[in-house]
Amino acid sequence: MKKVAYFPGCTLKTKAKELDRYARKSAEALGFYLDEIENWQCCGGVFTTSRNEIATKLSSVRALADAQKKNQTLITVCSACHNVIKQTNHAMQTDEEFALKVNNYLGAGNEYDGKTKVLHYLEYLRDEVGFEEVAKKVVKPLTGKKIAAYYGCLLLRPNSVMAMDDPENPTIIENLIKALGGEAVVYPYRNECCGGYIALEDADSAKKKSTSVVASARSHGAEIIVTACPLCKYNLEKNNPEAKVVYFTDLLAEALGVKEDGNE
Amino acid sequence: MSKEMENLKSEIIRSSGVNPKKCMRCGKCTGTCPAFDEMEYHPHQFVYMVESGDIEPLLNSKSLYKCLTCFACVDRCPRGVEPAKLVEAVRLSVIRKQGANHLKADDIPALLDDEMPQQAIVSALRKYSK
Ligand code: SF4
Ligand code: SF4
Repeated sequence: MKKVAYFPGCTLKTKAKELDRYARKSAEALGFYLDEIENWQCCGGVFTTSRNEIATKLSSVRALADAQKKNQTLITVCSACHNVIKQTNHAMQTDEEFALKVNNYLGAGNEYDGKTKVLHYLEYLRDEVGFEEVAKKVVKPLTGKKIAAYYGCLLLRPNSVMAMDDPENPTIIENLIKALGGEAVVYPYRNECCGGYIALEDADSAKKKSTSVVASARSHGAEIIVTACPLCKYNLEKNNPEAKVVYFTDLLAEALGVKEDGNE
Repeated sequence: MSKEMENLKSEIIRSSGVNPKKCMRCGKCTGTCPAFDEMEYHPHQFVYMVESGDIEPLLNSKSLYKCLTCFACVDRCPRGVEPAKLVEAVRLSVIRKQGANHLKADDIPALLDDEMPQQAIVSALRKYSK
């Protein structure tokens, strides 16, 4: 089985354990293995854009260097880890002065040369496994389910770095939903912000943003909203208790027949 | 512009990598900003206030902590100005000062609920504290 380096991140070890569990189980059903990086440290949740912010980026660079050593593609499942690590990788590849400072800090023998390829799990399914292959492995299609993809910010932006999909008209999650036999609901707010970390100190602000997202999805007929981000899931659920919000790995595991409780 | 503001301006421009001169003041960044309602100074104002050295009001504004780092203004600016990077650089110039953290670790327990993911806490700390 093909091995890829895997960065789970802090939330997948605590509040979002199912995101981790079903990502692993589905990977094995699809023929690849998530090889967890040893001694990884939290990515910090958000990227700091300033070029003179060094310390806050070291955990990402260490993960990148670890994957480079093993000559593996680095996969993340959480949207936030993905965003932070991809942006850090880009900075290491394009900003010489920054890379030099980071490598001086890491010390001889631990340098990172910018060679690791970073992919979100969704990208790996689309580009390496292929959605047609995923569709062939489906044993319990999501027939008749109206599912709305919620991208939020972190998967898509900044597009010049994330380069995952068209940031204004993305299709990757919709195509996964279709491959799993479900019906993809497209709605205007799917790439607008849920409020993110503002939930901690300005819950009203997060509420406004999250309710707009859910209202938009529902008005287009969505029954289920799917996300790759624990904080999006939290904000959408907290502010719309009646909404059904699931991780993409739940749907994937369910359709592949590797979900323990069988049903939803 | 005072010497102090001039220094601060060049530090902000250097660390953010943003060239505010590229801005054509179309307001598209502000039009797309999801934090618009909560911000006293909007992304396009950050751009021209840094450019003109009128940075003091930004340093004291809550707007610094209302930005969601959603990168909408970065992707949707027709001139590639990347206003969010300026907001970040101004915020860092404030919270890097001793005792100027916007969020303290001791404040956090009172803000939590049982479902809130770790991601929210680490992200807020990264944006609001040094
Ligand atoms: S979108 Fe770009 S060019 Fe337009 S006001 Fe904002 S920063 Fe300036
Ligand atoms: S990154 Fe900040 S300033 Fe830019 S659009 Fe998002 S919330 Fe507004």
